Amino acid sequence: MEYLKAFLVGGGLCLLGQLLIDKTKLTPARILVSYVVIGVILGGIGLYPRLVDFAGAGASVPLMGFGNLLAKGVREAVQEDGFLGIFTGGLKACAGGITAAIIAGLLTSIVFRDRDKS
Amino acid sequence: MAINKRGKQSFVLPQLPVIQAWASVAGKKESEGPLGHSFDYTQKDTYFGQKTWEQAENRMQQIAQEILAEKAGIKQTDFELVLSGDLLNQCIGSSFSLRNTGIPHLGLYGACSTMAESLLLSSVMVGGGFFDRVVAQTSSHFASSERQYRFPLGYGGQRTPTAQWTVTGSGAALVCSSGNGPRIEACTVGTVTDLGIRDANNMGAAMAPAAFATIAAHMDDLGRKPEDFDLIVTGDLGQVGKELLLELGKRNDLLLGGKLTDCGTLVFDNTVQDVHAGGSGCGCSAIVLCGDLLPKLKEGKLKRILFCGTGALLSPTSTQQGQPIPGVCHAVSIITGRD
Repeated sequence: MEYLKAFLVGGGLCLLGQLLIDKTKLTPARILVSYVVIGVILGGIGLYPRLVDFAGAGASVPLMGFGNLLAKGVREAVQEDGFLGIFTGGLKACAGGITAAIIAGLLTSIVFRDRDKS
Repeated sequence: MAINKRGKQSFVLPQLPVIQAWASVAGKKESEGPLGHSFDYTQKDTYFGQKTWEQAENRMQQIAQEILAEKAGIKQTDFELVLSGDLLNQCIGSSFSLRNTGIPHLGLYGACSTMAESLLLSSVMVGGGFFDRVVAQTSSHFASSERQYRFPLGYGGQRTPTAQWTVTGSGAALVCSSGNGPRIEACTVGTVTDLGIRDANNMGAAMAPAAFATIAAHMDDLGRKPEDFDLIVTGDLGQVGKELLLELGKRNDLLLGGKLTDCGTLVFDNTVQDVHAGGSGCGCSAIVLCGDLLPKLKEGKLKRILFCGTGALLSPTSTQQGQPIPGVCHAVSIITGRD
């Protein structure tokens, strides 16, 4: 059941992205950025955490989850550090993910070579 | 006195320049397409043995020049002038391929219209009596174009349904003052036309109005009709742009149906190759011309064609700043080598 929920919610978010690519003139970059911003907003007003409770990784892994994490990090940092938390909280909360992505990117680019899909 | 000028933007060539030889180099996907058998050289490795795709592109141009010289039975140093261009910043695909060769070179940028542009200018150089052997050449590479115009492939972005697939290939034609082969008889220089299309993933639609303007101008300036041609071949409008051009023709009483074909729809088989709206890029019209059309003109299977290179004159910066995409189209009328 847990897997099914994660699959449906995660798949639904991806389906929405695919529809935006196919049916609108939005560029992939804009869609990605909008997903993050929507995640921040939904996280900020407390809706997204409920989705994460419901679907687990199905909601936290897609890009909106990243936005949600930014919002959550800011909220927690503001409670601890006050005003300064607005600036430090977001990236602090995401530091693990961001650093992992950078290192994975570096390792991949050292080991592999770009190939085209033809 | 411009004695050879006709109408507003066309000219005729009193001494018809002859396309004596041609060469086409293509990548893996192109070699698997419907015209795969007609290219002189195909390569499965899309790096063409080089370190980067940009270097692969100038390697393709070098290979095309080698084959061209061999087919014409001359040495590369016998080329008197190379007119060439590509899609990379500062046209490095072209200029780097001629480094230290001692061959005079003029770099061109006409986006995907470059094959027609270089052919048009070559015909002027030869027809005007300035040079005897001029090479018209261009190239494009799927992977280097993705980096140039959209995103590097390593980023793994999604492609939209109207997006076209940049052809990996290079075509070169040797235009001479005498000899046997298809001949260039008249040309129309295109105007820059912009109807406000902003979608960089739908360049066929951006170029179709330019193609229509140039084809209509060619007919007007020279008193011709579409029936005077066996084929009217546009460069890389793709499926979407070709339909738009037919529609524009219908609305303006210039019926192109039956005569019109598009290199972007010829080079790939869209039912199996997943290229979305068709092929594009400088190399698209170049390898279709040098692989398929020129041999047919030589053998007399085609008597007269209007080769219309179409280019979308966008830059990554203009796209990011939200500017619409202007299009351009140059037309070259080529007749068979047999009388």
